[in-house]
Amino acid sequence: MKAIVQAEPKAAAERTEHQEFVVPVVNIFETGDGYALEAEMPGVNKDGLEITLEGNEITVLGRRAAEPVNGGLLLRERSGADYLRVFELDPAIDTSKISAKMEQGMLTLILPKSERVKPRKIIVSN
Amino acid sequence: MNLTRYQRPDLGWAGFGRPSSLRDELDRLFEPPWADLARTSQLLSGWIPALDVHEDKDNFVVQAELPGMKREEIDVTLHDGVLSISGERKAEKKYEEAEVCRTERFFGKFQRTVTLSAPVAADKVKAQYKDGVLIITLPNTEAAKPKQIDENVN
Repeated sequence: MKAIVQAEPKAAAERTEHQEFVVPVVNIFETGDGYALEAEMPGVNKDGLEITLEGNEITVLGRRAAEPVNGGLLLRERSGADYLRVFELDPAIDTSKISAKMEQGMLTLILPKSERVKPRKIIVSN
Repeated sequence: MNLTRYQRPDLGWAGFGRPSSLRDELDRLFEPPWADLARTSQLLSGWIPALDVHEDKDNFVVQAELPGMKREEIDVTLHDGVLSISGERKAEKKYEEAEVCRTERFFGKFQRTVTLSAPVAADKVKAQYKDGVLIITLPNTEAAKPKQIDENVN
C-alpha cells in the first residue's frame, strides 16, 4: 500500500529559486479512515499558510508572520526562513475532502480515504 | 547557562526527509564539522526548542519555538536573574492506535535556561504565546524605574 511520501518541491522550486526554506518536521499517522499529518511551523499563522494540491502532490508553504524585534542579538537558533515541504499522496485519498487546521504553529491536515477504499463490514445475507 | 544547542533548525536530522540535491551535498561540505553533531544531538538529549535572545536598551526579549502546545503546558520562571522555560509536550492520544508512517516531532519534557546579563524587573516580565512561539519580554531595571526629572533650573 502506498502511503504519504515526501516529494521534491518542483513547481515551488521554480517559483522561488533563490529562496531558502525550512523543511517542517512532520508526523504522519494512518487511521482506518485516512491519514493525519502534523507539521510544525512555529511563527506561521493561518494567513501565512498556503496549501496547494496538484495532481496527487500536496505542497505546504508557510510564511512567517513578522515579529518586530529591535535591538542586538545575543543568541540566534531560530531560522527566519519560510517553511516548505511537498508530499506525494496515497491515491486512495479523496483529495476533495482534505481539511486543514492551524493551531499554535502546528498544521494538522486530515486526509480521508475515499469511500470505496475504506475498510467496511460486509453483512452476510442468508 | 544552558545554551549547548547550536544547530540550524532548518537542517533537521540528516535522515529526516530533506530532499537531497547536489546543492545540499555541497552545502554540507562547507558547513562546520560540528553541524552534524548538533543535528543528531537532539536524538540523545530529547527536545531542545530553538531560542532567540535579543536585547535593546529597555528589554531583553526571549523567543522560543514551541509549536503545538497548550499555554498551561509551558512554565516560565525567573529566579536570581536566570530565566527558565520548561514544559512537557504530550503525544496526542487519538493517534495511539493509528499506524505511524513518519515520526519526526519531539515529545516529552524540555527545559531551556537563559542567564540574563543585567538585572530585570521581575514583576514587569510579560510572556505571550502566539503561533507556537513563546515571547518573553523582560524589562531591565533601568527601564522599569520611574524617570527622574530634574526641575531645578537656576
